Amino acid sequence: MSENKNTNVADLKQKYKKQSQFKEIFKRLLRNKSATAGAIVVILLLFMAIFADALHDYETQVIKQDIMNRLQSPSAEHWFGTDEMGRDIFARVCYGAKYSLLIGFTGAVTSLVLGIVLGAMAGFYGGKIDNIIMRFMDVLLAIPGTLLAIAIVASLGSSIRNLIIALSISGIPGMSRIVRSSVLTVKDQEYVEAARAIGANDRTIIFKHVLPNGMAPIIVQSTLRVASVILSAAGLSFLGLGVPAPHPEWGALLTNARAYIRDNSYMCLFPGLAIMITILSLNLLGDGLRDALDPKLK
Amino acid sequence: MWKFIVKRLIAMVPVLLGVTLIIYLIMNMAPGDPAKVILGEQATPEQIAALREEMHLNDPVLIQYARYILNLLRGDMGTSYNSGLNCATEIFARFPNTLRLTVTAVSLSIILALPIGILAAVHQNSVFDGVSMFVALLGLSMPVFWLGMLLILLFSLRLGWLPSSGSEGFKSLVLPGVTLGFQHMAAIARVTRSSMLEVIRADYIRTARAKGVSENKVITKHALKNALIPTVTVIGIQFGGMLGGSVMTESVFAWPGIGRLMVQSINKRDIPMVLGCVIMFSVSFSIVNLIVDILYGFIDPRIKSQYK
Repeated sequence: MSENKNTNVADLKQKYKKQSQFKEIFKRLLRNKSATAGAIVVILLLFMAIFADALHDYETQVIKQDIMNRLQSPSAEHWFGTDEMGRDIFARVCYGAKYSLLIGFTGAVTSLVLGIVLGAMAGFYGGKIDNIIMRFMDVLLAIPGTLLAIAIVASLGSSIRNLIIALSISGIPGMSRIVRSSVLTVKDQEYVEAARAIGANDRTIIFKHVLPNGMAPIIVQSTLRVASVILSAAGLSFLGLGVPAPHPEWGALLTNARAYIRDNSYMCLFPGLAIMITILSLNLLGDGLRDALDPKLK
Repeated sequence: MWKFIVKRLIAMVPVLLGVTLIIYLIMNMAPGDPAKVILGEQATPEQIAALREEMHLNDPVLIQYARYILNLLRGDMGTSYNSGLNCATEIFARFPNTLRLTVTAVSLSIILALPIGILAAVHQNSVFDGVSMFVALLGLSMPVFWLGMLLILLFSLRLGWLPSSGSEGFKSLVLPGVTLGFQHMAAIARVTRSSMLEVIRADYIRTARAKGVSENKVITKHALKNALIPTVTVIGIQFGGMLGGSVMTESVFAWPGIGRLMVQSINKRDIPMVLGCVIMFSVSFSIVNLIVDILYGFIDPRIKSQYK
């Protein structure tokens, strides 16, 4: 009898075994075909960026000039053709993923970290701290993001580091607003009160109890932010304010291609396609994550 | 309503002061001595020192900023390092061109996005819904300047239908307008679709249908009016992005607006002109946000009742 009871309890435990939340989200994400496709492309691009140096030799394939082979249309030898210096556009576009993704992810992560610190402080402490931080953010939000980034790069000078700084700063106001609203929805929950009652300090409460429970919109926003940083970085490079020559950043490749658009239009086709496919994949992944993290939002 | 507008205008003052202060401080971080930039490489140290004194460059930054704001209130945005003229003269001369471009782009995106969003929602999961939302997603993923280049390639260089640059006449406005408006059309269509989808399942829509109201009236009178708030919000937010996009679009099409002036000034390290352009863009953005807030009142009487 007792043995039978134990088996029943084990069965029930198995039946109602708590599913890991991460697994659930992952399963929901996999069910979304377009999000899965987006995720696969993002992973491939990351692979291309991480192993850029192994896939293409920077000195001989990416920046070395070969005037004899200049402006060649796409062929079996040069899949995307060659540019005005005879450099292989396919190698440059592939290598460009390294710059674009580096800028995109670093820019998004930096504004995420700073946005979390400022937004969590504003939302958690409220009162004067909230007022000071958020009024400052309101002022930053009154300057269109791309223009703020242009102003910063124009002042600091164009380099990859300055581009990342500019795009990180321009992303902080939006990110801190989202973090603040997430914190506000969670901070008065009973488990936060319980943590405070057992003597947890503010840092523990914010990072262990409040933020993990309000993370869904923050993760979604971060994915979409990577896309918008890549897009802005390409735009700034196109204006000559981003990655300087001869680095093959996608926006910079398009600036180059512009002068040859009449007779060598293939030059502007492939870098643009690379940007579009990357942004499209990140947007699909971001939309899928939003649906997977919070099905109510769908 | 007037009380609300006056209140909002007063609230704009500290924000704009903050904006100008931030931009002023950022532009002041620029390396190099403005006096050297104006006088050139041949200038003697005495000449540079004299010009620095004349331009009050030896004063503390905040004093310089206060002086800038006082001059700004009198319509003086400082002197361009490049042309030697008041920056305000050039900025205001070019502003109508940027306004013409953005108004065309906004109008175009709204005129196309609203029907697309509504039809996609009404015929959810149809071929039209799938295709239009995929195109919208493509639009959101395309860099503005790349789209501009592709349009030039097709309509100017291959077909020869439209000019690739210039600002004379209606024809020259078509490609820059479409380029700038496309991304925003995509965003507005997506939001209109999702807010319409929420609304058309509401009880009052079912009630309207049960009363025998025609489907056209149900959609245009009952559903659309309630679905417009998120759409108007997105139009306002998108306007900020559109100002950034106008910098790229004007550069691609050699459009003589503030965006192009700003890029040209950055290349010439003409800091007062860049400062003036960014401030002009930010003021325009704040005014559009105010207009959006006022529009809420016209769309939703509940919001209007709070404007007291």
